[in-house]
Amino acid sequence: MSGTGNIVARRPFPAAAKEKLADAQLRANLRRATHTIRDKRLRVVGEVPDWEALRVAGAAIKDDVLSRLPELLEQFEAAATAAGAVVHWARDADEAAALVTDLVRATGATEVVKVKSMATQEIGLNEELAAAGIAAVETDLAELIVQLADDTPSHILVPAIHYNRSQIRDIFARNGLTALTDDPPALAEAARRHLRAKFLAAKVAISGANFAVADSGTLVVVESEGNGRMCLTLPETLISVVGIEKLVPTFRDLEVFLQLLPRSSTGERMNPYTSMWTGVTPGDGPRTVHVVLVDNGRTDTLADEVGRQALRCIRCSACLNVCPVYERVGGHAYGSVYPGPIGAILSPQMSGEGANHTLPYASTLCGACYDACPVRINIPEVLVHLRQTGPHPAAERTAMRALSWTMRSRRRYAAALRAARRGAAPLRWAAGTSVRRLPWPMSAWTAARDAPLPPKQTFREWWAHERR
Amino acid sequence: MKIALFVTCVNDLVFPDTGKAVVRILERLGHTVEFPVGQSCCGQMHANSGYRAEALPLVRNFAQTFEPYDAVVAPSGSCVAMVRDSYPRLVPESAPVASRTYELSELLVDVLGVTDVGATFPHRVTYHPTCHGLRMLRLGDRPRTLLRAVRGLDLVELPGAEECCGFGGTFAMKNAGVSAAMLADKCGAVVDTGAEYVAAVDNSCLAHIGGGLSRRAAGTKPIHYAEILAAE
Repeated sequence: MSGTGNIVARRPFPAAAKEKLADAQLRANLRRATHTIRDKRLRVVGEVPDWEALRVAGAAIKDDVLSRLPELLEQFEAAATAAGAVVHWARDADEAAALVTDLVRATGATEVVKVKSMATQEIGLNEELAAAGIAAVETDLAELIVQLADDTPSHILVPAIHYNRSQIRDIFARNGLTALTDDPPALAEAARRHLRAKFLAAKVAISGANFAVADSGTLVVVESEGNGRMCLTLPETLISVVGIEKLVPTFRDLEVFLQLLPRSSTGERMNPYTSMWTGVTPGDGPRTVHVVLVDNGRTDTLADEVGRQALRCIRCSACLNVCPVYERVGGHAYGSVYPGPIGAILSPQMSGEGANHTLPYASTLCGACYDACPVRINIPEVLVHLRQTGPHPAAERTAMRALSWTMRSRRRYAAALRAARRGAAPLRWAAGTSVRRLPWPMSAWTAARDAPLPPKQTFREWWAHERR
Repeated sequence: MKIALFVTCVNDLVFPDTGKAVVRILERLGHTVEFPVGQSCCGQMHANSGYRAEALPLVRNFAQTFEPYDAVVAPSGSCVAMVRDSYPRLVPESAPVASRTYELSELLVDVLGVTDVGATFPHRVTYHPTCHGLRMLRLGDRPRTLLRAVRGLDLVELPGAEECCGFGGTFAMKNAGVSAAMLADKCGAVVDTGAEYVAAVDNSCLAHIGGGLSRRAAGTKPIHYAEILAAE
């Protein structure tokens, strides 16, 4: 069953990217931010002598999970239920959002506080809650900025990466949050004052989870600001929306991921807050705990032998930060809550529709993402695989077939080289060694760069002439 | 050792001097190089663009053409990456010849054990490590080691060297705007070095970078590093 929700691009990537490229402020913000995180990550990853072994272990644990997902999910359900949680299952985004909305409605709450969560962004929960008259308050600073700006996140970890601090101060000011300067501490203080009242009044909190431990039924949230800890402990009811691939088999497996995740995501040795809870603990924390396990296209993705490695993803966003394409266009160009290299392989596989088939081409296959990935997802391999399985333009298909037919025969190939060399002769005569303008489809090349022209003799002609 | 040159389709047609340079370097070192004329294209463009079926005959042709040789050398990181990384998955019988296929610096440094090829090139040069050479073949410092041994050559570091230039094969056409934005940054970094030449192991990336440099009338010229290593 295909996934639904905010994972389907409405516009082809090149069109969306073109618009973003024109925004000089956006590009400056992104460049600064991605390079800062990139450098921090390199520094802290370099400190770990067994980093490569950790990556291998992370990938192996996740592959094990994926190979016995049904069994582990049932194990998680049994353990969480035994600990007092109520476990729900949702096939897609629509079902999950409706389910959570019903759970909130049943409490009578009209406002909920939220821990930063990709799963709830994926299922479009805030929109669904709003339609039911329930206000969802994002408590992660960057998510709050995006929410106040009436915008959508453009990065998995740093959803407001596309804004700089003076833009953030303006967004705050428009919403009655006063910061005297655009210093980060002043901005954070304004947000803190705004959020404190929300935390204390909230009856219901909604979270995602970074990990779900199958053998204990434990959920884990990894965060930096402490807002998550407030949401997870203060309200009476806690609802967690969790993708089914978030499992790890045992508590001990967290050892690997709690090393991999912070260094890969924020470039910190350890994140400030790691919260873990197992069902309900009498006298401590929420009295009602719900867990909503969401498929939303993950089972479809799991069925693909090459593509399933995308489900290892722990949403660290290291691949976004190192991606030269993401750096130029930002997350919104990808049209899905999952942008960047991981989004380019996750969104098309999960949803299988919309303009998502253009996403696997949003990469030069430079491989920086694969090197950075803490669970060794071979993103270039999956990109190429999806290019293989996705639709092809008819003209391109014809050209590729003709080229392959020509190149597989020595005679045809040599004749084609000769023809190309001769064909370039008038251009060479007029323009020299390179040309500034060529007709379609080569105009896409000469729009930004000169094109080199074939010289008078091909290599094989030289070889035949000189060497035989 | 029977060494065969896989010149690559782009070099055959557009950059024959690079192929000649490889022949010159190896002959100067006392080796014999053969050019099997049955060769055409490695099939990278087809495979990476999603045309696996169209790539397969080219893979088989490569395997058949180069089977008799002890070593195959190509002046291209991305074509060699295609052969070594993808061939065994696409056509399992091609695995042995794929494992004997080397990018020029690998052949020189690892197989032949040479770091000084006896070249002279009295110019200021910066080096752009292309992505497939860097991250798929893990060429590491090999090309730079060879360049450092060239007499008269002043090798200047390229800031942000490991960032992709934005070529990416059909990416340059399908996502022309993003490609151009990446190119602009790469060209800026190249020009800032004040180098006369920007060298790389791939002429495809160099055609893109060089095209950008010539469009902005920059003084820096692209050059395949084999042509530097061949210079006397």
